[in-house]
Amino acid sequence: MAEENMHLYEVFIRSKRGLDHKHVGSLHAEDPEQALEYARDVYTRRNEGVSIWVVKSSDIFASQEDDNASFYDPMDDKPYRHATHYVLPDSLNNM
Amino acid sequence: MSISTDKTEAELMAAFQARIDDEQKIEPKDWMPDAYRKNLIRQISQHAHSEVIGMQPEGNWITRAPTLRRKAILLAKVQDEGGHGLYLYSAAETLGVSREEMIAALQSGEAKYASIFNYPTLTWADIGAIGWLVDGAAIVNQVSLQRTSYGPYARGMVRICKEESFHQRQGYEIMLALSRGSDAQREMAQDAINRFWWPSLMMFGPHDADSAHSGKSMQWKIKRQSNDELRQKFVDQSVKQVEVLNLSLPDPDIKWNEERGHYDFGEIDWDEFKRSMTGGGPCSRQRVAHHVAAHEEGAWVRDALRAYRAKQKAQAEQAAA
Repeated sequence: MAEENMHLYEVFIRSKRGLDHKHVGSLHAEDPEQALEYARDVYTRRNEGVSIWVVKSSDIFASQEDDNASFYDPMDDKPYRHATHYVLPDSLNNM
Repeated sequence: MSISTDKTEAELMAAFQARIDDEQKIEPKDWMPDAYRKNLIRQISQHAHSEVIGMQPEGNWITRAPTLRRKAILLAKVQDEGGHGLYLYSAAETLGVSREEMIAALQSGEAKYASIFNYPTLTWADIGAIGWLVDGAAIVNQVSLQRTSYGPYARGMVRICKEESFHQRQGYEIMLALSRGSDAQREMAQDAINRFWWPSLMMFGPHDADSAHSGKSMQWKIKRQSNDELRQKFVDQSVKQVEVLNLSLPDPDIKWNEERGHYDFGEIDWDEFKRSMTGGGPCSRQRVAHHVAAHEEGAWVRDALRAYRAKQKAQAEQAAA
């Protein structure tokens, strides 16, 4: 079946200039050009975007949420990375 | 996907300026004048270099911080600066310049960075003064740049400003602790302010009338507020902050001007600024030499990563065969 050769693409859309591209979903296509046209037809029928990125799903290397405990472990005990950790006089008006 | 166009340069330019005048961002794949691209590459890479070189004067005190808490805080801050350099190098790369080119320009002295990092950090109070004044000045500039016309730069600034919020507060907290301490500690804090105040004012660059890049930068909204406007904002906020410390700024001309609604202040020593900018700062040579050394001494790590990847690839191919 020819369909088995289709690739899965992830679709990212920039809704407005100045904003990041945001993941909106995925689709199947033969190649990137086709994926881009499908994405236009499927995800931007109501002017949802000014720019589309398509990325082959197989090219995305993702972290696993099950590993979060060990993966993010060193970040958990550092409250001093936050501005609120520092207690300063009120007269400074929110430095 | 390239879009072919029959538009003339003048038409493209008009559309580009119209987009900017309409407060729309310019994004990497848009047509842009060469001078806009060049101007941005210069500014963003200088900004990135400043973040990375700025790790050195503060890094100097990591092993000497007075408590474990202060050490952990300073480590986290210096780590942030490295991250900010990375965000900015990435933003510059969207304009078609490579990381290697930018690093080479820094190491050859062709590219500049904020001259403030060419001053030594002599005492622990300097770490307080840098956080409060140097980061404070950088934040004033960066808050304004969140509205810069180039999308990737603006988005980088938003992220950086969010992360910077603790930098200034930790510096001020150091100054506050010293200002409430012994006479010697108060003197140390005052001495750090005396040395870092003027270089902090210089961070905003030359006066508007003498600024080589300002005209176009304002027209293209790369800069949203002029050097002098931003400097004034910084002076106004610092005068109030130094009062809480019960210390003083080393400028007898600072005085409230009712008419302007701002503090007047004295003239900057521009000869000193030029000396420091052109490599004559107290630590200029040391900063670049250290960067070169760190880059060269880190080569084995990059080599090891490449060798590991080659080995993995060979093993995978063997397994597949």
